[in-house]
Amino acid sequence: MRNKYSVFSLIKNALSHHENWQRAWNDPAPKKEYDAVIVGGGGHGLATAYYLAKKHNMNNIAVVEKGWIGGGNTGRNTTIIRSNYLWDASAGLYDHALKIWESLSQELNYNVMFSQRGVMNLAHNLQDVRDLKRRTHANRLNGIDAVYLSTEEVKKFCPIINTSQDIRYPVLGGTLQRRAGTARHDAVAWGYARGADAMGVDIIQNCEVKGIKRNGDSVEGIETTKGFIKTKKIGVVAAGHSSVIANMAGLRLPLESKPLQALVSEPVKPIIDTVVMSNAVHAYVSQSDKGELVIGAGTDDYVSYTQKGSHQIVEGTLNAILELYPIFSRMRMLRQWGGIVDICPDASPILSKTSIKGLYFNCGWGTGGFKATPGSGDLFAHTIANDEPHKLNAAFNLNRFVSGDLVDEHGAAAVAH
Amino acid sequence: MFLINCPYCGERDQQEFKAGGEAHIERPKQPTELSDDEWAEYLFMRKNIKGVQFERWNHAHGCRKWFNMVRDTSTDDIKAIYKMGEKPPTQ
Repeated sequence: MRNKYSVFSLIKNALSHHENWQRAWNDPAPKKEYDAVIVGGGGHGLATAYYLAKKHNMNNIAVVEKGWIGGGNTGRNTTIIRSNYLWDASAGLYDHALKIWESLSQELNYNVMFSQRGVMNLAHNLQDVRDLKRRTHANRLNGIDAVYLSTEEVKKFCPIINTSQDIRYPVLGGTLQRRAGTARHDAVAWGYARGADAMGVDIIQNCEVKGIKRNGDSVEGIETTKGFIKTKKIGVVAAGHSSVIANMAGLRLPLESKPLQALVSEPVKPIIDTVVMSNAVHAYVSQSDKGELVIGAGTDDYVSYTQKGSHQIVEGTLNAILELYPIFSRMRMLRQWGGIVDICPDASPILSKTSIKGLYFNCGWGTGGFKATPGSGDLFAHTIANDEPHKLNAAFNLNRFVSGDLVDEHGAAAVAH
Repeated sequence: MFLINCPYCGERDQQEFKAGGEAHIERPKQPTELSDDEWAEYLFMRKNIKGVQFERWNHAHGCRKWFNMVRDTSTDDIKAIYKMGEKPPTQ
């Protein structure tokens, strides 16, 4: 049984110098057999395990993670959460997640620091203006809050933006989703891990999958660095390494894994109280609660698993940031890193059954998976438990690459991929 | 970020080049007879290997010629470079 976190538990533990906090999750050795095994202990994988246990009464399950939980892309993203996608299928998927975010801290009894500070997308040319207006209308038809802002309104909402019309790519307008914002990425993984563990889920870290055992067209278990684990259901949530796992099972996926970079500055006093994204010049920025500017750069165009990217990608992003925010010109950057993102040809995710019975994939989130973490876990748990997709993720099946019914969110998703 | 030895121009910075994806994917000889599954395989499915991979590159900001590369995607080490039409190295 987990002790509840509250202001009283905080005071009680402060009096004993914070030395008696209960362990948030256990460190079990793997059992011989589970009803289901989730491969990948990031936010999406842990959320999947949490909802399998909570909503589908599957408690004899495990999450295996090759490193430590939340140490992959969960800890490397820029924590932006929004649901202003163009197509109906995407709007349904991402807004489902956003609705769960709104009460997630209460549900998990873990402060994920969800902050609905708004996300603004800027337009820099006439086509941007037309696209963003179209997307605003599409969002509102789908019940997602969105407003179109003039250049003056952009300036009013975020005064540090340079809205001068004589810069190389002047700001012609923008959109605003007020319900959007940010959350603390590590807390999401830790909160779901704690919640899943409390319901009996085994979270096994430092346990890398080495092979998938098949018997004809169904799965029998996984070979790991901690031995063989028997199971009839495997949910793979391995982000950039999805193809590596798929190759073990003899499957091919429509994915390419590429490095995506981000960087943070030295911490400063509050200067930007929203998230501003700019597709055309590829610059987006927000400020963390520690005061660092969090800046997202782009992907390299070649396949790589090195978790580092090219210098010119960062340089291009910083050029754009400096033109839009001259006030940042003396800022010093503190850290820079890369994560490996698995990108689908249509820039939409895959939450799907496969041709192998008992093998499920949740992948292809590309550059924007963090925002979907709770919804992705909920819908993937439904897919695994019922062996059928939920209506919200039915469009995101693997078969769309055969049927041609793609969910083309390239560009339409408000950010370049 | 790394250096690439273009078979026509010599060693240049990677940012002069454009990656062209997996190499040696053969265009279907009789496209009209392909099933939807085979089209999907040809158009979308990729090996996406972590390790040694064969890929196409283009010297986009140089001679603009295409060539092939063998590269370890887990380290970005380039193992071999050869011209289009040449046989891929076996080792």
